[in-house]
Amino acid sequence: MAQELLWIFISALLINNFTLAYFLGICPFLGVSNKLDTAMRLGLANIFVMIITALAAWALNTFVLIYAPYLRLISFIIVIASTVQFVEMAIKKWSPELFKALGIFLPLITTNCAILGIALFATNKGYGLIEGIVYALGAGGGMTLALVLMAGIREETRVLDIPDVMKGTALSLIVAGILSMAFMGFAGMFSAA
Amino acid sequence: MNTPDGHWDVFVKGLWKENPVFVAVLGMCPTLAVTNTAINSLAMGAATLFVLFFSSLLVSLLRKVIAKQVRITTYIVIIATFVSLVDMLLAALVPDIHKELGAFIALIVVNCVILGRQEAFAASNRVGPALLDAAGMGVGFSMALLMIGVVRELLGNGSLFDIPVFGSSFEPWIVMILPPGGFFTLGFLLLIFNTVARRRATRSSIVTKA
Amino acid sequence: MSEPSNIPLRSDTQEAGPMRLVATLGLAGFFAGLLLVTGFVYTLPMIEANKAESLRVAVYQVLEGCAGFDQLGWDGQKLTTQLGTGVELAPVYLGRDASGRVIGFAVTTEEPGFQDIIRAIYGYDPTTDQIIGMEILESKETPGLGDKIFKDDAFRANFTALAVQPAIVSVKKGEKARPNEVEAITGATISSKAVTRLLQKGMEAWRQPILDFQAQLDPQGENTKSQ
Repeated sequence: MAQELLWIFISALLINNFTLAYFLGICPFLGVSNKLDTAMRLGLANIFVMIITALAAWALNTFVLIYAPYLRLISFIIVIASTVQFVEMAIKKWSPELFKALGIFLPLITTNCAILGIALFATNKGYGLIEGIVYALGAGGGMTLALVLMAGIREETRVLDIPDVMKGTALSLIVAGILSMAFMGFAGMFSAA
Repeated sequence: MNTPDGHWDVFVKGLWKENPVFVAVLGMCPTLAVTNTAINSLAMGAATLFVLFFSSLLVSLLRKVIAKQVRITTYIVIIATFVSLVDMLLAALVPDIHKELGAFIALIVVNCVILGRQEAFAASNRVGPALLDAAGMGVGFSMALLMIGVVRELLGNGSLFDIPVFGSSFEPWIVMILPPGGFFTLGFLLLIFNTVARRRATRSSIVTKA
Repeated sequence: MSEPSNIPLRSDTQEAGPMRLVATLGLAGFFAGLLLVTGFVYTLPMIEANKAESLRVAVYQVLEGCAGFDQLGWDGQKLTTQLGTGVELAPVYLGRDASGRVIGFAVTTEEPGFQDIIRAIYGYDPTTDQIIGMEILESKETPGLGDKIFKDDAFRANFTALAVQPAIVSVKKGEKARPNEVEAITGATISSKAVTRLLQKGMEAWRQPILDFQAQLDPQGENTKSQ
């Protein structure tokens, strides 16, 4: 069990990185991550929402969707969006500090494909509650890692002399491709023994 | 935006001038994730077109009924319905392709292109233009996917629609059908697109949104 | 598609009351439900048929001469054909030939590979204590390298008569000396080893239950002798 959980975590974090191998959460990856600090906080907010999502998806799968599988997509979206909003309100009330750090990102994240991705992939893989949470931690951590790496690289590229047509998304995509290639090196680390 | 006479323009703008992938850079997740072969790209493009078309139809029909405060939720419910339908239809009719695309079909729901068109066009236009707009954007999106898919399959597998093109002496660039190939292909296509667009028109400023 | 053209169109007011909001959502929900249930009812039999068909193809591939099969259940103690309350479905299928004779068992199992989980089904013949066939059901192994685990005929030949005792082990290509050894693919050792581990794991879990089941099914053992 412990080994399986470790595999789930490492797989989501590095080998099948959500951003660099599954292309989930590409929008903030290409658009927002310009500053290291922002990238870090966005990543943390992401992990947070993902864990809530894993919980919600598990509850829906276990208690509701066995009776009405065709409602899966709709219920995932609605339940995730409203749960995140409730949690957002709760944080705002109980911990203004935390809200200041993560708050502005929460509504942005809810409509992110990575969040729905967590719910769908965990369901497809048949994960239970604990597995789902570990998966969310790994995937969120992986996205944070990718965001932070990208932000770091983009901070550097600002001072470089880059042809005009290449500035912006085109450059980000090629940098992302190289990062993604680097992450391919993690493949096999779990089965090499 | 509301051009009763220029219907053709409403359709055509999605193909080039406001192409959702190359100009607006929206819907990146399916654009990169499932375009490792031409067939997968085509299937994803068709599924997106289907969802976009019918969502726009319904949103445009209901535009006077939908209360403003809950419009986004309503759009999402409508979109999710059609995505669920397309998911079921693909699983029933073409199970192999459905298996290849996996959860990415369901992820059409969060494709910003679709929600974006509802909010920007279908919600404030009559059914005719709304459908033309949806068709144009959908075809533009599918074309972009197909372009990426063709490049990746040709280089990464030496084939096109599963038919070998280069013969056995060609050593495929496997990286092209792996995730990095998606980033590289789109990156270079954007580069080409930007260059061409820049030469064509120095007058129009290109707005790149994330 | 049902077109809601008969709905009275009202001009949009800036201040919509709560009832109006609930009505909007209710309306959207109503159409969504209508479409979804119609689609679901229409496609469900087709989807189920597709699933059953792909399972059937897989089982027939790993059990040569198979003409029919039943999924077995696990009642906490042993394998059973009686599926009911307190019995969970086991990933074990009992295969019969055209005359109804038991010819072997198909088992599905999974294990992390190079890139992601590899899922496979294999055929096991308890009378000879051998694996008699293996098919990969799902894998994301690298095209051109790791995908040889299901594309390379030489590798697949490992599984036509593979002894499972004392354990299934992986060896380098050309070094196979014993019937329980699997020759790995050069350049895809990790994927090959993952397949070996996958089979070993499946056998550790299900070999004894299958043997017990077989003994109980057929105490004399004459019904199932191969050839």
